[in-house]
Amino acid sequence: MPKRTGAQIIWECLVHQGVQTVFGYPGGAILPTYDAMLEYPVHHVLVRHEQGATHMADGYARASGRVGVAMATSGPGATNMVTGIATAMMDSSPIVCITGQVPSKMIGYDAFQETDICGITLPITKHNYLVTRVEDVMPAMKEAFHLAASGRPGPVLVDVTKDAQQATMEWEWDPRPVTMPGYRQEVPVPEKAFAKALELIRTSQRPVILAGQGVIQSGATRELIEFAERLNIPIAVTLLGLGGVPASHALNMGMMGMHGEAWVNHAIQEADLLMAFGMRFDDRVTGNPATYAQNAKKLHVDIDPSEIDKNVKTDAAIVGDLRATLRDFLGVLEPADHSPWLGHVNGMRGDAAVRDIQQLPDDGHLYAAHVINDIWRLTEGKAIVVTDVGQHQMWEAQYYHHESPRTLITSGGLGTMGFALPAAIGAKMACPDAEVWVIAGDGGFQMTQAELTTAAQEGVKVNIAVINNGYLGMVRQWQEFFYDRRYAATPLRSPDFVKIAEAHGLPALRVDSRGQVEDAVRRAQASTDTVLIDFRVEQEDSVYPMVPAGADLHKMIRRPGPSVLAETGADPL
Amino acid sequence: MHHTLVALVEDKPGVLNRVASLFRRRSFNIESLTVGRTAEPGISRMTVVVDSDQTSADFVTAHLYKLVNVLEVEDLRAVPAVSRDLALVKVTVSGNGRSELLKVVDETRAHIVDSGEQTMTLEITGEPPHVDAVIQRLDAFGIIEMVRTGRVAMRRGDTVLSAAR
Repeated sequence: MPKRTGAQIIWECLVHQGVQTVFGYPGGAILPTYDAMLEYPVHHVLVRHEQGATHMADGYARASGRVGVAMATSGPGATNMVTGIATAMMDSSPIVCITGQVPSKMIGYDAFQETDICGITLPITKHNYLVTRVEDVMPAMKEAFHLAASGRPGPVLVDVTKDAQQATMEWEWDPRPVTMPGYRQEVPVPEKAFAKALELIRTSQRPVILAGQGVIQSGATRELIEFAERLNIPIAVTLLGLGGVPASHALNMGMMGMHGEAWVNHAIQEADLLMAFGMRFDDRVTGNPATYAQNAKKLHVDIDPSEIDKNVKTDAAIVGDLRATLRDFLGVLEPADHSPWLGHVNGMRGDAAVRDIQQLPDDGHLYAAHVINDIWRLTEGKAIVVTDVGQHQMWEAQYYHHESPRTLITSGGLGTMGFALPAAIGAKMACPDAEVWVIAGDGGFQMTQAELTTAAQEGVKVNIAVINNGYLGMVRQWQEFFYDRRYAATPLRSPDFVKIAEAHGLPALRVDSRGQVEDAVRRAQASTDTVLIDFRVEQEDSVYPMVPAGADLHKMIRRPGPSVLAETGADPL
Repeated sequence: MHHTLVALVEDKPGVLNRVASLFRRRSFNIESLTVGRTAEPGISRMTVVVDSDQTSADFVTAHLYKLVNVLEVEDLRAVPAVSRDLALVKVTVSGNGRSELLKVVDETRAHIVDSGEQTMTLEITGEPPHVDAVIQRLDAFGIIEMVRTGRVAMRRGDTVLSAAR
């Protein structure tokens, strides 16, 4: 057997796992591993901040379904990863983070750049490892990849001491699958639970499917469509579930929850059965849980047993892979007709159904919704869109209609500002043939703006739409609605984004009227460089409709008065 | 109400920390938590008593299973089980208090494990309510130091909780 250092074994394992790209930043405690990197066919992307590395790995994972890898040194390198790890945890994104650690003999002595990253990341990783012996490097790496990608995916951190990286051993790749007695994925579905689920489905008159990210992660799009079509059931989608069902499908109502269409939320409130498929009843989806779909039975299918009965009490639950479960359903369920219910639901649709804002006249104002809808039209709905967090994120969800899985990448659970640009770089590296758009606000973009330099150094091509309204817009909106328009710390002065891009040798454009949008988008698409467009949009626009945090789902704040942005009309409840 | 859960866990560094961190993170209300070895090498056994008025035992169980180092979880609320708690209680004794204390010891199956010039240390073992009751009686003598192990429990009969699967 050849001799290998722990550092070499790390790369051997990465290569054996099929890793082609690692996002990272070197430093003292990870130096042996960086030194060994040069011998291996893995492309390393030098980020400008370790948070960027984790978001890139996350974007890479979400775009491709493969595990993303981030690397950093001990201490501040590791702690800078915390936000990205928590983001991946909340959205069940499979990433492996490798950090250097001070030599094992110095652990506990407050050595230079020592931090207890395993302790820090305990609640925000699926699992983590402190590796202090070279013999433990391969088992930890293999388990990390297995854990990250299987079951409910999530981030795994492997912290390797410097001496474990430097030590050598006789080593060869062990191709056997990992065995982890405490990690069980396949739990047989009790026959009773399956029978109960079938009974609920068969007896329901007003069913609604709630489709979450589990649809995308289990690859269940086709099965879900067949299920919905055969049983004639409308589908509401979570933010992270967008793209799991084509937006154009007749049974797809669109997004539910805080900024979902009013009629979608009304349909949920009037339903007699909610079929929650791969979603977790987040508070942004349910509103006040006490008044949430009070007349509906709940059927919950999720791969994570701890999600059952967590936020919403279920009447039947199946723990398992969604795609397999849907196939089981399809094996026994006969076609059903819910046309009276579908007719009622579509009746509530109002003018949301005809909200085609691209047809609306240009009144001189540039609305973010216009920009996003135009990007949707000009990319033919086929781009991978990576958003930041805030108003633009919700407008993206409302006005960019995703037709296929993994085309919307957004920080849903943690709501991490600064996510978009680095995650988009990762997504583009995972899918080099895809057209990738960043849609970010002026606030969030500045949080990780430094990664523009990474994009320039890597020559990676993404298009960046900065939705620039001069405010931390979503917080300003909450201040307008709930804090008497006291705009504390939300007015935002930004640098000249065009000049920032130009300083990197990247082309950039400024757009302040609707007439310029199409030309700018087309120029960005035509360029081989990363292009930034600074969209100067209406400053005090708000996202409608809106369920205030904790309020009843059917009590939405509606757009006041007639507007160029049409919205659902009469409140049927 | 108290529910008793038993978990078999891998005996690895940091596992107790993972369990404790989970309880803190999810705001689980824990009455007691004990850890010790089992007959199987490499496997430790935890007994967790949950205040089920505030924390659903099912929720705790589901989350315990999510920890990679947790091998088995058994919920003892629905099955006959034997449980024990142990307390060491140091009380002050003076004058004829000593003979009165010996009477209590006699009546309650407590044991004297140590005695000093002004104190006696008793060991009380039994079902937790029994231990509570004895401690209540000892209160009159003046308890100056006390330690309890917390509940350990095991299912009655021939059924065995084992990590071998």
